Amino acid sequence: MTHATLAENFIAAGDRSAWHDRALWFVREKRDRQADDVPEWEQLREAASAIKQHTMSRLPDYLQEFELNAKRLGVKVHWAVDGEEHNRIVHSILQQHDVRRVVKSKSMLTEECHLNPFLEERGLVVVDTDLGERIVQLREEPPSHIVLPAIHIRKEEVGDCFHEHLGTEEGASDPKYLTEAARQHLRQQFLEADAGITGVNFAVAETGGFVVCTNEGNADLGVSLPKLHIACMGLEKLVPRAADLGVFLRLLARSATGQPITTYSSHFHGPRPGAELHVVIVDNGRNKILQSPEFRRSLNCIRCGACMNTCPVFRRSGGHSYESTVPGPIGSILAPIREPDQHKTLPFACTLCGSCTDVCPVKIDLHHELYAMRNHLDQQQKLEGSKKLSMRMTAGIFQRPALYRTAGRVARLALRWLPRFLVYSPLNMWGRQRELPEAPSKSFRELYDERHRKN
Amino acid sequence: MPANSRTQIFTALHAALPQSSPLPDLPAEGPWKIFKDPYTRFVSMVESVGGTCTRAATSADANRLLADLTPYKEAVVRCSLVPNVGDSTFDLDSVADPHELHDVDFAVLPGEFGVAENGAIWVTDNGIPHRVLYFLPQHLSIVIPAAQIVHNMHEAYARITPQQHAWSGFISGPSKTADIEQSLVIGAHGARSLTVIAVEAI
Amino acid sequence: MKVALFIPCYVDQLYPQVGMATVAVLDHFGIQHEFPEGQTCCGQPMANSGYVEQARPLAQNFVDVFDGYDYIVAPSGSCVSMVRNHYSPFFYDKETRAATVRRNTLELSEFLTNVLGIDKLPGKFSHTVGLHQSCHGLRELRLSESSETRTHRPNLLRSLLATIEGISFSTLRRPDECCGFGGTFAVAEEAVSCMMGQDRVNDHLQAGTEVLTAGDMSCLMHLEGIIQRQQHPIRVMHFAEVIAESLAAVPSNVSQPGAR
Repeated sequence: MTHATLAENFIAAGDRSAWHDRALWFVREKRDRQADDVPEWEQLREAASAIKQHTMSRLPDYLQEFELNAKRLGVKVHWAVDGEEHNRIVHSILQQHDVRRVVKSKSMLTEECHLNPFLEERGLVVVDTDLGERIVQLREEPPSHIVLPAIHIRKEEVGDCFHEHLGTEEGASDPKYLTEAARQHLRQQFLEADAGITGVNFAVAETGGFVVCTNEGNADLGVSLPKLHIACMGLEKLVPRAADLGVFLRLLARSATGQPITTYSSHFHGPRPGAELHVVIVDNGRNKILQSPEFRRSLNCIRCGACMNTCPVFRRSGGHSYESTVPGPIGSILAPIREPDQHKTLPFACTLCGSCTDVCPVKIDLHHELYAMRNHLDQQQKLEGSKKLSMRMTAGIFQRPALYRTAGRVARLALRWLPRFLVYSPLNMWGRQRELPEAPSKSFRELYDERHRKN
Repeated sequence: MPANSRTQIFTALHAALPQSSPLPDLPAEGPWKIFKDPYTRFVSMVESVGGTCTRAATSADANRLLADLTPYKEAVVRCSLVPNVGDSTFDLDSVADPHELHDVDFAVLPGEFGVAENGAIWVTDNGIPHRVLYFLPQHLSIVIPAAQIVHNMHEAYARITPQQHAWSGFISGPSKTADIEQSLVIGAHGARSLTVIAVEAI
Repeated sequence: MKVALFIPCYVDQLYPQVGMATVAVLDHFGIQHEFPEGQTCCGQPMANSGYVEQARPLAQNFVDVFDGYDYIVAPSGSCVSMVRNHYSPFFYDKETRAATVRRNTLELSEFLTNVLGIDKLPGKFSHTVGLHQSCHGLRELRLSESSETRTHRPNLLRSLLATIEGISFSTLRRPDECCGFGGTFAVAEEAVSCMMGQDRVNDHLQAGTEVLTAGDMSCLMHLEGIIQRQQHPIRVMHFAEVIAESLAAVPSNVSQPGAR
């Protein structure tokens, strides 16, 4: 389905859209308060952008350095060309350790590779331990936001879900009560897990380690009890030096949730004694993005979600309307690169307002890339024929000033003289909720001519 | 086949590389915000993230603070890894499997220094037999030397070497979540409360 | 100086009074101007739809038509942004003629403030004005600081309008959220577009806006469409009309303080 249809449905569903919009705007406002608190905010963004751009320009070297240093620390490093290979590698590691039950913290990369169904089909139990992810997992739906996976769900609905799956009281919807129930439930999962899987927020070439950030502590609980930790990362998650983390950890939580820092920012350098630490580094199309001068800056992305929170379209249409692992502005660039046929409406789910570009902590020129993606899709011949034709006709009219003047006069005449029921027919999408402008009898150029003739 | 995939990825990367661009210098004393009174800022940040921070002149004072805390008083199973602060109701050295620590109600643990800008504390697994102690107990107290407060994250990174520890990290406040209708709940999966004690005598 | 008027196609056809108000403002400050007849459209609708190549002949026409003028002034941030920021695919860097035309294409408030140096507007406008920050003027031309960034830019238009006697500004909850017009988006994603527009209108209603103004008639066309359908008592005017109306009772004097 197109984004437009799904968005329309989301908006038509009572007041969910308005509530969703207010919730995310609130997060955006918290982000603003954090930016106010950091006078050097723009310098931080500039530094972050420069660090990422430099890293991308020397990515093979830094990946090699990371691998070397990680191995020195006793980390087992694996490489996956695509999502399928990533899943096979993870499964193979788990099999070798006789793992039955896995706990997993939030990792957009594992979502992108569809790891959960792959493992479940092979008989493993996978428990997502981030509260929001656990909620959507129990409801059997995808997350709708990369940082706030359950932002589209009302507390009553969480209550219903937990009543069904965790045995909470019917009709209970108090967030504290429900969170406590989830705490007890997930605590059991942590204690019974055979292995823990995490994502990687930042991998550091200089040290061979990586950082995982959470507020809940679920990543750490998941990997500090079992003897096996598998960390999955996209190859763009690298930074050159530990000092670079100073920049990124100052920007990440402020941009994502409007906090100065996440509760936990754990640095992993090698396995703990008697345990194993594996890192799976994944390409899955990132190389293709790196090759493209127009879109390579999107590899700067640190998956903060600020662009989603600020996007007036995302807030009102909900993450599911994008039908993409990563939705919103950044997703509307990443998804069409990978699967243009499936996601060609996404760059058009946008007014090019530029708010996303201005909040992005790593200064991705998001709205310019969305604009470029529209043209890119046309060049791949993915865009609908009829719109292109009407645009060509319009451009043709604009190339002939005399024809343009005539067309304008005719259109204005029609607007002034056609009966209302014809103008505001169901075919007129503009007219559903808006009046059309009043058509003047004279155009500007006619008035200007007259005025000058008078003078 | 891992070797082939690695080669494939590197070959493609080398072919795709954009023009080189410089890596910026990040001096510890850059245009980064510093505070007139870092300790006061640190305290207010710890409080803003749902924790508390109190100053204690000596370890004895720290113990008095703990003794007044309800979760500490009510704790049945306690342990401490801070010399002279708190106590242990069991022999932590004899615990081989971290799963055994599932019923710890209160843990008193060390932190190396605090970060004023965000109320975070740098902790490592140095001398910590099970890192899970920072996450599994119901309530936590982290003891730091009161004089060890840096202004910001850049200063923090200038003084740490995370690669020397299998696990290290920043901890800011108790665990929390707002995943249910953006309603903030303190005490998600990690500690339900965090009591920071800044001891002057350390 | 030789000044050309660049009047967006839809302003020419549907909102000629905005063009005439622009003329009135320039007349007041003694600026002689011409309206090159060959102009039609900057090409933005095609380019924004992904058909960048279809805008090429229109871009070339633009440069041909406006070549030779010192300034090309438009009452539209989005059209000026198209010319200044998105014409690169159509011209080689060394084409100085195109580069010059592009550089000299200015939005009206930029022209008044940065070229004419006007820092005080005479006249009166005793209304509560709701300033809508059109996105292209805001985030492409940087006519003001956006709520997202922290670069301490001044707000050109607001500062200028604030000098008009009697004017006051309503306080919006979301000072620079997009109105939802977005070109063909307004029709292709009608539900989202109208919800965004409705939210803007509601914000202005709660803020007590009497006159809703902005630098782009496209935004205002969309917002006015909603306002008129719901018959709210908000008057919608381009800022050129606001200034023209406030100047109406003031005699023109080219050596006014503040005007070069």
